[in-house]
Amino acid sequence: MSAAAAVPIRERVVKPLVDAQFDVEKIRVDFPILRTKVHGHPLVYLDNAATSQKPQAVIDALVRYYEGENANIHRGVHYLSQIATEAFEQAREMVRAFVNAAHASEIIFTRGTTEAINLVAQTYGRVHVGAGDEVLITAMEHHSNIVPWQMLCEEKGAKLRVAPMNDAGELLLEEFEKLLGPRTKVVAVSHVSNALGTINPLKQMIALAHAKGIPVVVDGAQAVPHLAVDVQGLDADFYAFSGHKMYGPTGIGVLYGKRALLEAMPPYQGGGDMISSVTFEKTIYNKLPHKFEAGTPDMAGVAGLKAAIEHMNGIGIGKIAAHEHDLLVYATEVVGSLPGVRLIGTAREKASVLSFVLDEVHPHDIGTILDQEGIAVRTGHHCAQPVMERFGIPATVRASFAAYNTRAEVDALVRGIRKVHEVFA
Amino acid sequence: MPELRDLYQEVILEHSKAPRNYKALAGANYKAEGYNPLCGDRFTVYLEMDGDKIREIGFQGAGCAISKASASMMTQSVKGKTKAEAEHIFHRFHELVTGRSHEHEAELGKLAVFSGVSEFPVRVKCATLAWHTLEAALEGKQEKVSTE
Repeated sequence: MSAAAAVPIRERVVKPLVDAQFDVEKIRVDFPILRTKVHGHPLVYLDNAATSQKPQAVIDALVRYYEGENANIHRGVHYLSQIATEAFEQAREMVRAFVNAAHASEIIFTRGTTEAINLVAQTYGRVHVGAGDEVLITAMEHHSNIVPWQMLCEEKGAKLRVAPMNDAGELLLEEFEKLLGPRTKVVAVSHVSNALGTINPLKQMIALAHAKGIPVVVDGAQAVPHLAVDVQGLDADFYAFSGHKMYGPTGIGVLYGKRALLEAMPPYQGGGDMISSVTFEKTIYNKLPHKFEAGTPDMAGVAGLKAAIEHMNGIGIGKIAAHEHDLLVYATEVVGSLPGVRLIGTAREKASVLSFVLDEVHPHDIGTILDQEGIAVRTGHHCAQPVMERFGIPATVRASFAAYNTRAEVDALVRGIRKVHEVFA
Repeated sequence: MPELRDLYQEVILEHSKAPRNYKALAGANYKAEGYNPLCGDRFTVYLEMDGDKIREIGFQGAGCAISKASASMMTQSVKGKTKAEAEHIFHRFHELVTGRSHEHEAELGKLAVFSGVSEFPVRVKCATLAWHTLEAALEGKQEKVSTE
């Protein structure tokens, strides 16, 4: 049976949804790596959920930082240190505005989403989760939003509970609500699923948790590149994301936390910058956000992240979202209707991710054949092994889109899948 | 440039679709499980050893075409061999797929169809998973082997 027939396709007629002002070719010019040839073919980069490519402005920001601004921040009275400190704090303000936080001091720079979630688990979590308590996550989490909580639960004798999803990859909201119990001390959920593309009804989920006085930690790694995030509008207590998935450099990420929560939390790591005074008898911790930023931070990374946000703002997140939605709808139609293709993750609300399997051909073989055509996709479990188990598959092929992708690249993917059929015929 | 046909040779595709000795052995006195966390490939190798000799071999599991075909052809090539002989074949096979040496290709017989794997370094683990599992079974190791 062709599994494709069973796949619900929302829009059978695939008309371009994007307004004429969105000039994807103009955007592509900003990304030097897109001129790469792979095995004699133009690179078709569809692995954006793993990491996005970087525009020239971000690359330039890194170079500019080291060429003209490098000095340690919050320390020196000299000229360069002041310039570097100012640029660093300007970037923090830009991140605040980007996710609409109330205060710049609620923006903590981390190495990425993973570190941000670990920070919350090891500080807020260790204070508030005790023996017999529960931490609630969902069935579609990335390993980085499972393992830190598992470690915490193991240490404290607490229990990790998992809210289930349906066969489309949508969270079962009623089940989620039922699992919010008197012992639930933290809820940790992804905004957008990395393996399935599902956009969770986050605002509703947060409201349900708050009705029972439970704070919510959001893994926003896959959301921030694709949709406008408003942490106050969502009423998120913590919101974590990474720079490298939103056109920024690797090694830099953000934890947003509500000020009152952050102030009450113990520090995560000890060291320089997170203190206001140190004696061998006692250390007074620095105020927010520095309390959570021990050691010399990734200052170049922060400069790159600022450039990435400027780049996204320059295009307009709404336009990026509309363009990616167009690509997703188109890809769902043309890939989903190929013989033997079964889409994994068919939620009504999705962003940027097309995960699929092919009858009789393992994703790893598909990945190798597509690579020979210059097409970069992710094959594997996408750091979400429980999701794979839920769907009874070892792995999927995942194509994920960014602002610079085109319908022509989706067509190249279709040709690549036909090539797979040829090889395995 | 590496050619896809060098990797996906007819013999390999045929074995991946219809693997030989694809069964659990009721009388197995040694078995081991192998796992490649990168792609989720998972195989169990069953051995009926007669002293030092592999009297019967079977495998079961799930994986990509390369790993499945490699497992299938491995069972054919080591059946009736001694432990030392099987280990020697693995050694030669490993040299071949990692591209370290093609000089003993003739010694490998049918297994030489895997020579194209050396052009695809990320697929070496696929080609060797069943062999690592066999090695573990021969050693009588109980724990799961991983290619990572």
